[in-house]
Amino acid sequence: MERTLEAGHRAPASGTEGTGRRSRWKSQFALQSMVWPGLLFLIVFSYVPMYGILIAFKNFDLFLGVMDSPWAGFSHFREFLTDPNFMNVLRNTLAMNLLALFLGFPAPILFALLLNELTGVRFKRFVQTVSYLPHFVSWVIFGGLILTVLSPSNGILNLLIVKLHISDEPINFMGNPELFWIIMVGAEMLKGIGWGAIIYIAAIAGVDPELHEAATIDGAGRLQRMRYVTVPSIMGTIVIMLIFAVSSILNTGFEQIMVMQNPLNLDVSETIDTYVYKVGLQQMRYSYSTAVGLAKSLVALVLLFGANYVSRKLTNNSLF
Amino acid sequence: MNIRSKGDKWFDAFNVIIMTSIVVLTIAPFWFALVGSFNQGLDYMRGGVYFWPRTFTLSNYFSVFSDQTIFHAYFVTISRTIVGTALHVAFTALVAYGMSRRALAGRNVYMIVMMFTMFFYGGLVPTYLLYKDLGLLNNFLVYIIPTMFSVWDMIIVMSFFRSIPEQIIESAKIDGAGEYRIFLQLILPLTKPVLAAIALFNGVYHWNAYTDAMLFTTKEALEPVQLFLMRIVTDSSEASKFGEQAASVMPEEAKQISPETLKLAMMMATTAPILVIYPFLQKYFVKGVLIGSVKG
Repeated sequence: MERTLEAGHRAPASGTEGTGRRSRWKSQFALQSMVWPGLLFLIVFSYVPMYGILIAFKNFDLFLGVMDSPWAGFSHFREFLTDPNFMNVLRNTLAMNLLALFLGFPAPILFALLLNELTGVRFKRFVQTVSYLPHFVSWVIFGGLILTVLSPSNGILNLLIVKLHISDEPINFMGNPELFWIIMVGAEMLKGIGWGAIIYIAAIAGVDPELHEAATIDGAGRLQRMRYVTVPSIMGTIVIMLIFAVSSILNTGFEQIMVMQNPLNLDVSETIDTYVYKVGLQQMRYSYSTAVGLAKSLVALVLLFGANYVSRKLTNNSLF
Repeated sequence: MNIRSKGDKWFDAFNVIIMTSIVVLTIAPFWFALVGSFNQGLDYMRGGVYFWPRTFTLSNYFSVFSDQTIFHAYFVTISRTIVGTALHVAFTALVAYGMSRRALAGRNVYMIVMMFTMFFYGGLVPTYLLYKDLGLLNNFLVYIIPTMFSVWDMIIVMSFFRSIPEQIIESAKIDGAGEYRIFLQLILPLTKPVLAAIALFNGVYHWNAYTDAMLFTTKEALEPVQLFLMRIVTDSSEASKFGEQAASVMPEEAKQISPETLKLAMMMATTAPILVIYPFLQKYFVKGVLIGSVKG
């Protein structure tokens, strides 16, 4: 109804508007012309690379192109699955992501809950403003700052360590492979805690105040209300964010790793994303690298749908 | 407000301590770098400069701003930020307006075509080969064109456009306004806050981006500040090369600078613009994130 009305407004001259597909399309030429550039953009920059995935199943030759390169079946997949280097890369990726899931995922939730309990309005706003800040600073700079703080010669952390007699010698943090994972996850937490909390802060603000009043009348203290009113009320948001977190378990930010990586920690800092870059673009093993990337994307997709399914069955919360 | 119990007071004190620690942990790294950037270079290398500059100097900043390479790198970054952000906002808003109209034929199909790209990515190598075919490698446009549109931002803007009552558009149409005119003169002025949020996000992205330059360009003339910084942060030989270069330009200052303090000065100079504009735009971006998360 709405549509015929609009067509009538727009094209009174054509006389046959409102009936049939073609006239409807014609009558909204202006509207369609706004959307099509966007679709065209996605076809070129998203769908054409998807077609390029074919090279994962071929022995890609730059001069032959995607179509004419000879088929290789699953040989590239077999190759990386039996490659000890890749196993090492997979271990690093999973280790950092599991750490991030156990430590980094709850941190913004706790932060939001505590922030909500702050009584001073100005202090609360100040904490919020400061906590969002690192999100807007590039990883090059934030990583550089972390490296400065951890530096053996000028780092404040080493000053504390030596002054408090935790260790007699300054610790070379970035040269110690055992510490890399925790430093990386710690840096990510510090950079992301405030930004990650925004969505929970909004969810908490949406909790019905009457629930809190009722709980208070029943004698619940603040911690009890936090535990039995606020947390259950924002559970939906938490579950949705958890689905996203689980599906990105093979992602480690490329930018931050590239900044913090050095020859001493290469063995523990190489992750799938940096590996795909180095093998693909630096060593120009195009097909092999595409196979690794494709496997990663597929696992992420399966995890997304899997986590979504489990969550829908267990908690009734789901993305789609 | 009800009367606060003793337990509440303990909890409040504990909470303030935790929050203060988070604030201190966040600000401290910036502070130490700022202090270092105002300290004489060789003196800084001796160690022990933490809370306040020991030998104050501005020479690190003078070197940063007098270096030709850095100057050019800032030029690249500023150009891509202005051009890239303007095009991104304009293009994304245009598509979002079309998609926000319920009358649009084929809208559901378009939406599926768009959403699919959010969940599946062709991968680095196919993208690289595409850019190669399109002639985007080693081309300034590689910073601009591939980032012109984002489905995520489109959804944020679209949901904002939807909140405008349909009747306003209808009455404009009765008055004889075409879709483009409605978009430009009616819708855009009404939705400035969300456009500001998108512009901020995209502007920060462009300002901070270095991976696209690293992956798709090799020419020094196309190097943005962040990639330049990346090289001197991660590679000490690059840093000392840069230090020598800076020293050769300013021989009288040469004794005062070291690669380390130059690096800190450059980090601070690059962060400063963001720190200055960020508090003013805070209310916009919070709104932007929330719309995105509710719809996404």
